Amino acid sequence: MPNTIPLSWYLGISAVLFTMGALGVLIRRNPLIIFMSIELMLNSANLAFVAFARSFGVLTGQIFVFFVMTVSAAEVAVGLALIVIIFRNKHSIDVDLMNSLKG
Amino acid sequence: MNLTLILFIVLAAVAVAAAAGLLISRNTVYAALFLVLNFATVAVFYLILGAPFIALAQVTIYAGAIMVLFLFVIMLLGADKLPRGQVLPWQRPMAIVLAAVLLAEAGFLLFQRLHITAGLANPDASVNTTQALQTLGLALFSQYLLPFEVTSVLLLVAMVGVIVLTKKEKGEPG
Amino acid sequence: MTSSGLFPLVPLIVFLPAAGLLINIIFGGRMNEKAIGAIASAASGLAFVVSVLLGYALWSGNGEAVVVPLADWIHIGALNVAWNFRVDTLSVLMMLVVSGVGTLIHIYAIGYMHEDVRLKNDIPRYRRFFVFMNLFIAMMMILVSGDSYLMLFVGWEGVGLCSFLLIGFWYEMDTLGRPSWANSNAAKKAMIANRIGDFGFLLAAFTMFWWFKSLTFADVFAGAATVPASVILFITLFLLVGVAGKSAQIPLYVWLPDAMAGPTPVSALIHAATMVTAGVYLVARSAPLYTLVPAAQTTVALVGAITALFAATIAVGQYDIKKVLAYSTISQLGFMVAAVGMGAFVAGMFHLITHAFFKALLFLSAGSVILGVERGHHHLAHHDEHAGSSHEEIHSTESSEVFDPNDMRNMGGLRKQMPVTFWVYLVGALALAGIFPLAGFWSKDEILADAFTKFPVVYWLLTIAAFLTAFYMGRQIWMVFFGSPRHAAAEHAEESPRVITVPLMILAALAILGGALNLPGVDSLTLWLEHTIAGVEAGQFNFLVAGLSTGLALLAIYFSWLLYGRRPLVEGQPDPLKKLLGPVFRVFERRYWVDEAYWALFINRYVDVSRFLADVIDGRFWHDWFHEKVLAGTYNWLSRTVLDLRVDQQFIDAIANGLGNLTRRVSGELRRLQNGFVRSYALAVLLGVVIIIGWLVLK
Repeated sequence: MPNTIPLSWYLGISAVLFTMGALGVLIRRNPLIIFMSIELMLNSANLAFVAFARSFGVLTGQIFVFFVMTVSAAEVAVGLALIVIIFRNKHSIDVDLMNSLKG
Repeated sequence: MNLTLILFIVLAAVAVAAAAGLLISRNTVYAALFLVLNFATVAVFYLILGAPFIALAQVTIYAGAIMVLFLFVIMLLGADKLPRGQVLPWQRPMAIVLAAVLLAEAGFLLFQRLHITAGLANPDASVNTTQALQTLGLALFSQYLLPFEVTSVLLLVAMVGVIVLTKKEKGEPG
Repeated sequence: MTSSGLFPLVPLIVFLPAAGLLINIIFGGRMNEKAIGAIASAASGLAFVVSVLLGYALWSGNGEAVVVPLADWIHIGALNVAWNFRVDTLSVLMMLVVSGVGTLIHIYAIGYMHEDVRLKNDIPRYRRFFVFMNLFIAMMMILVSGDSYLMLFVGWEGVGLCSFLLIGFWYEMDTLGRPSWANSNAAKKAMIANRIGDFGFLLAAFTMFWWFKSLTFADVFAGAATVPASVILFITLFLLVGVAGKSAQIPLYVWLPDAMAGPTPVSALIHAATMVTAGVYLVARSAPLYTLVPAAQTTVALVGAITALFAATIAVGQYDIKKVLAYSTISQLGFMVAAVGMGAFVAGMFHLITHAFFKALLFLSAGSVILGVERGHHHLAHHDEHAGSSHEEIHSTESSEVFDPNDMRNMGGLRKQMPVTFWVYLVGALALAGIFPLAGFWSKDEILADAFTKFPVVYWLLTIAAFLTAFYMGRQIWMVFFGSPRHAAAEHAEESPRVITVPLMILAALAILGGALNLPGVDSLTLWLEHTIAGVEAGQFNFLVAGLSTGLALLAIYFSWLLYGRRPLVEGQPDPLKKLLGPVFRVFERRYWVDEAYWALFINRYVDVSRFLADVIDGRFWHDWFHEKVLAGTYNWLSRTVLDLRVDQQFIDAIANGLGNLTRRVSGELRRLQNGFVRSYALAVLLGVVIIIGWLVLK
């Protein structure tokens, strides 16, 4: 399909999605939601990569996205496992209850 | 006003709306589903941008595997409503402020520094999908072979890690 | 050897006695008494031999002065003092007198001290006596042979020291042998009175240096005419103060009577023949200065004459045999000082020599008398005791009896027990009284003759003094040797051994023949001294003066016979003069209360001042107030209040504690960032990101 949309628009979308993901990390207390927001942020970065790849006419961006996806999958697996364990111990998944690092 | 533009605007709106839904919804399952919607929209974006492989990978990996995993865990933990209680009073206002600032900065960059992005080549030509796939595959297995293999090790490590982490100790109640 | 080659021998007059005293110090512990005495006497005798040789050398030369340098001493700025010996007729004259009479007295002292240390029960002290005596001879030689006022002063001070050492020889007792401060106080008194005189001498010496930039006789006399007369007047008057101290004139004579606390040889040598004459020598030596200022000469002459009369009156009222002789010495010194003051230098020196002969004779004979009476007292105690008593008991009984061997009232009739002593004493007394043809007649008459022409007031004062001299000597002879003994001790008195009587006889011979030194017409001494003292002339023999003085002397002796000889005193009888003169006699007897006046006016006031300085100034002011309150108080305040409290505790500790508190509070605040909430950490991350991007954007 011919690309008549300026690059900056894609980057704008990416920025908006990234910001909203950041907001989600900061505001929500459910670790699963936080995790999902992180995925949203990663996703927006992927979008930017691909947009740039199309802009420059190279495939490097896409390959990078490939790897990002893979890593994010692994990360999700481990992270969810951690959340499960924490739930086993604390019987709650309120992030604010995990403040043992308080100094 | 062509098709691409309309498509883009609609998709953009949907994506943003889905993200907003993720932020707002109290029900975790709903939030997950909103995210799935977002992923799908972004996949379409990828298609518009001439990255079919990535688009399908997005749908398969993100929406298919990752979100399903999320939903499993949500079911496991029970999507309880969390009690209301503000422990960090400054958190939400500060977050909104910072997000706004970030957005403003991004906007500034994009629209005041147009010359950066304007100079970029903007090929109007369509993308030959098959060609693109071939090139991607070849590149993946030649130039980026090492990262590829390392990634596989990474996945192995992740799997082993998950199993070790979640293994029950003897006598520990599940 | 040519006679001029003898001059370099002159340092021996100092170093021979010095060698004598060193030998006695180092080896004396191993020598017996005779050896110690012999060494000391030999040292003095050899010094006499050297003096004779020097005299011969001068006589066979032309009599001009010779300066024999020995060593450089002081080189500071303009002050250059060297130890040079001056051999001229005046100094050789003094050397002969000092060493000659000194040797005879050393020999006498061998026997005298032998008995004295046994009487006082301290035999090892014998050696110390001769060491001090030799030291005295050495110092006196330095005095008379010096070529400058400073060397003279060295000897001056040295003899003052020896005087102190020898007066206080028996420092822990009084003259009767009882434990007391008396002898030490007498030595101190001599030292202090001499010191006051020395102060005058030093002022004169400083003035000399200031004006002449030198202290040698030659330089001072050469420059004397070039400076204002007031300067010379100042110098001569302050030298007079020194003379008054050393030669016992008014007002500093008070030490000499007390100095009789020393052993009799000391009184003879130092306080009759030699040391006290140092003042007369000083004036004679400074003749060029005195002749420039007649006012000073008048002062000196009057001081001498008044002292002569004053002391003679006191001698009339004394009972102690040595005190009479002491005041007599002061009186005769007054004669000499008056003579040299008037400018009759030869007469003064002549009288100095003859006085040395007969006064030494009189003192030594008095010593013989005292020893004789002591011997009698000792034997008395032995005989009176029961057969079984021990020796110590006898001795203790002796001392508890308080017997004064010097008191003439305890004597009487001694011419039978001690004939030799009597005859030599008589010779001395007649010589002192000025009876023709003994030595005293010639010298005293020369003074009177000169005074008659130059200074009539002085002539009359001295004539009355001469009358009294004859009177009190007569009184003494009648009281001691005639009549019957007034105490058992005198009854048992014994004559002294030959080692004592032989020197006495030699001195008696000198007292008889001494007049030959300057017979009118022959004038040997005048010619001798002419070489050194300018402008001396031979005195004319004045028959009027001679006749008057001889007549007065005989009259005085007759009066004394009337009072003391015709009806000799018996035991316990008061002095006949008391009845005759009444309260006047009491004034003489009490010595005009001069010592008491000095104590009240000066010494006690000085003690008051020093007590004030010690208690009030030093004690209350310096110690109690200044040191305790001001210094110590300030220091304590400084260290306790300022440094300890304000600086250390309140300031420094505040800083230290404050820093600690500050750190705690800051960290307490910063700690609140670590709230343990992941979300706030994430917020911080986002904040950082925003800031960084913002900076990059705006750059």
